[in-house]
Amino acid sequence: MSDDLTRLSAAELAEKIHVREVSAVEAAQAHLDRIAAVDGDVHAFLHVGAEAALASATLVDESLAAGTAPASALAGVPLALKDVLTTTDMPTTVGSKILEGWRPPYDATVTSKLRAAGITILGKTNMDEFAMGSSTEYSAYGPTRNPWDLDRIPGGSGGGSAAALAAFEAPLAIGTDTGGSIRQPAAMTGTVGVKPTYGGVSRYGLVACASSLDQAGPCARTVLDAALLHEIIGGHDPMDSTSIDAPVPAVVEAARLGAKGDLSGVRVGVVRELTGEGYQAGVQENFDAALRELEKLGAEVVEVSAPHFQYGLAAYYLILPSEVSSNLARFDAMRYGLRVDKGASAEEVMAATREAGFGPEVKRRIILGTYALSSGYYDAYYGQAQKVRTLIGRDFAAAFAQADVLVSPTAPTTAFPIGDKVDDPLAMYLNDLATIPTNLAGTAAMSVPSGVAAEDGLPTGLQIMAPALGEAVMYRVGAAYEAARDAADGSPFASRTPEVKP
Amino acid sequence: MTAPTLVDFDDVVDRYDPTLGLEVHVELSTNTKMFCGCPTTFGAEPNTQVCPTCLGLPGSLPVVNRAAVEAAIRIGLALNCSIAPWGRFARKNYFYPDMPKNFQTSQYDEPIAVDGHLDVTLEDGTSVRVEIERAHMEEDTGKSLHVGGATGRIHGAEYSLLDYNRAGVPLIEIVTKMIPGTGARAPEVARAYVTALRDLIRSLGVSDVRMDQGSMRCDVNLSLSPKGSGILGTRSETKNVNSLRSVERAVRYEMSRHAGVLDAGEKVVQETRHFQEDTATTRSGRIKETSEDYRYFPEPDLVPIAPSAEWVEELRGTLPELPWERRARIQQEWQLSDAELRDLVNADALDLVAATVDAGAPSGDARSWWVSYLSQQANTRGVALDALPITPAQLARVIELVTTGELNNKLARQVVDGVLEGEGEPDEVVASRGLAVVSDDGALIAAVDEALAAQPDVAEKIRGGKVAAAGAIVGAVMKATKGQADAKRVRELIIERCGA
Repeated sequence: MSDDLTRLSAAELAEKIHVREVSAVEAAQAHLDRIAAVDGDVHAFLHVGAEAALASATLVDESLAAGTAPASALAGVPLALKDVLTTTDMPTTVGSKILEGWRPPYDATVTSKLRAAGITILGKTNMDEFAMGSSTEYSAYGPTRNPWDLDRIPGGSGGGSAAALAAFEAPLAIGTDTGGSIRQPAAMTGTVGVKPTYGGVSRYGLVACASSLDQAGPCARTVLDAALLHEIIGGHDPMDSTSIDAPVPAVVEAARLGAKGDLSGVRVGVVRELTGEGYQAGVQENFDAALRELEKLGAEVVEVSAPHFQYGLAAYYLILPSEVSSNLARFDAMRYGLRVDKGASAEEVMAATREAGFGPEVKRRIILGTYALSSGYYDAYYGQAQKVRTLIGRDFAAAFAQADVLVSPTAPTTAFPIGDKVDDPLAMYLNDLATIPTNLAGTAAMSVPSGVAAEDGLPTGLQIMAPALGEAVMYRVGAAYEAARDAADGSPFASRTPEVKP
Repeated sequence: MTAPTLVDFDDVVDRYDPTLGLEVHVELSTNTKMFCGCPTTFGAEPNTQVCPTCLGLPGSLPVVNRAAVEAAIRIGLALNCSIAPWGRFARKNYFYPDMPKNFQTSQYDEPIAVDGHLDVTLEDGTSVRVEIERAHMEEDTGKSLHVGGATGRIHGAEYSLLDYNRAGVPLIEIVTKMIPGTGARAPEVARAYVTALRDLIRSLGVSDVRMDQGSMRCDVNLSLSPKGSGILGTRSETKNVNSLRSVERAVRYEMSRHAGVLDAGEKVVQETRHFQEDTATTRSGRIKETSEDYRYFPEPDLVPIAPSAEWVEELRGTLPELPWERRARIQQEWQLSDAELRDLVNADALDLVAATVDAGAPSGDARSWWVSYLSQQANTRGVALDALPITPAQLARVIELVTTGELNNKLARQVVDGVLEGEGEPDEVVASRGLAVVSDDGALIAAVDEALAAQPDVAEKIRGGKVAAAGAIVGAVMKATKGQADAKRVRELIIERCGA
């Protein structure tokens, strides 16, 4: 019984809980048991809040027993929360030693919305330190392993959230995406991950990596589940000045529409610059197969060009470190977090703490950003990068004039072995080539599983990109593709995930 | 360090031309901070007015306070500036324990108000136009208290305490363009400018502009160039100038010090200096080994400030009568001499007198009370005149009671004393202290007869027609009635009783 509950989609589980066939407590317990069984191998979680999870589930059950309507479509469904969002009842470490044990005095807006929706927060998931990385190997608390192959990375920075889904430790998760940290792990683990339009989900309580790029979003094993979660966490927040004051796109309706399997009238643009050379053979094959599937569904597939995407990676690695160097200045041992009491002055304590508390990738980016913003270099680096950002935005605008959504493989390869790229930052950065332009432009994108690569049997992802606030058509296309793929396979993609074997 | 050589001020201005520049920080008296909802009340227990945002906790975000933007625009308009239709905040990055995020959010190069001027009037009536470069919004830092060590500075301190109540309080920084050509009047111009700015901002009601509490702070930039050369010298920036008098003294001191350096054939060091209130001198700040690089970049957590033209015009409509225009009007209405007006202004009594007049009192009486008796009371108590626990309306009532004859001047002072002691409204004090003028003839006649009987020789003189001798009897009656008698009526009764 317990095991069955962990295999359900969030929508299915919610239905059983809401008709009181299964209790929210049973659902929570089943997932806590699953975590106890497999997380020693997977290491998706940094913290499991069993007591709080069961208490929250009990409230949902009591409310349903009293005849009250469910607080949301997902009330009582368990969720794994990336450890970058603040929680008053659990530590928030951002995968860093510098915040080890830090208990925030406030909940992130996303956390509050999850609680208000009656969603059971199981715990906090592992991540690359301060969301900087593409493999979760830069977590100060050890890597997360890919449930498809425990010797491989689950992607990053949100490898913990994605692995929790693939290992059936939770049917829902929250990720954050600064350059692909939701979508690339989704591709690596065969799950669904959505980066909403910048400003679509509040950043209040999201410990910043790069403010102008960060965006929290839903992660799930199905497109519909992601849509249901998207509508819960999205929407305007007066605490976040960059939050968009507009209704959340009707993504649940769009996902249901898409699942009916008709994409006639939808124009799908293939970004010429994001295919071909540099992509693993199986990734490219699955992408080509996905295009054929979309055409079968009635979509019109056209080729579009985005000539400035090639500069995206370079611009990203100037803008992101610049913002990081400033955002992470506050970790100075004066008010919270780690303090290394070495030296007589405040400056010495700050330096010693930051030396001990930050890992190599974080330090690399702080140094890079400090340099890029320095007087005399600002125009050449930060200034130029902002111009590239504008040009990428124009490329998107031109492409969206020709197509309703754009598609590409999510990542150039399948999951690589742990340790493979950890000493080669540039090779690691190339993982995000296809995902970064969306963050620079502030538009929306998602990754949907597109099968497994013939050569290694590992999952690949189809990236679907949409204009700002154009999530509805993106979910429609994603759900249509997902339904067609499952129909062809004869079963949902998640069911192909191998059992976790140490 | 050896004491600097100071050149006599008259000698300085004979041979050098000073160039002034003034940067004034004004803390806005908005209810809440610049980027969060915390209160801004001065003097609260340390670290009680803080939240995740003003403590810079991980994940927190700023939201611009609309009231602060409104105040900034109104200040800009009152300074005849243009209001920028679009501007971003920037981050000024540097590490310091009293700055929670280790960057200050400030409108670095996109200020909300630019290119204005303020005309200031000197003692002798000369008007000087001070050009304003810009006024921009930023947030204040917390406060550090360095304990131990000789200087109260961070270096050498045993430990430091931090209070973040002030962190994030909205500040407006108003920067002048260079002010050349003031010569010997440079100290006076500096003081007059800061005074005029203070009065202007106070009239807008956007700050309490208290230099003693730090809600208005002034940095004085000064350089000298050889007379007539037109070559701009190296400037010093003097901080911690915390009173109007100090502004004047800091300029004067720096002029003498710069001249000493230049006369010795040395170069003035471009540095930050701190004004020393007790000695009226300036002290060099720590010389930094490297020049500070603040790595400014646009604040990505905020959207640009884009006030619409309609809003700006609406705010222009809310500007009050300017202080100097108001002064000119009041001088004419109350028929004051220049000296009388200056006394009122110097006693900080103008607003109080005006409010008393608005409450119905004649301007002469109101002026006399505030400038003499109440100023003495404020001095005795060691408080500012406007901090005395009496309102203009209460004083106006006392004055009314004198006008109607219900009180005489002596009794009126006792009523005011009662109000100051917290005994209630003037009428309550009159009742509780029994201070009404005694005008009941029966009671007075008895007192008069008693006094005449006690001094028969004086009574005889009066009866003999020496009416002037009545003064002694009046005094006795007033004493017997504890000053509550109407002295005029007493005199009439004495003469009547003596049949003179």
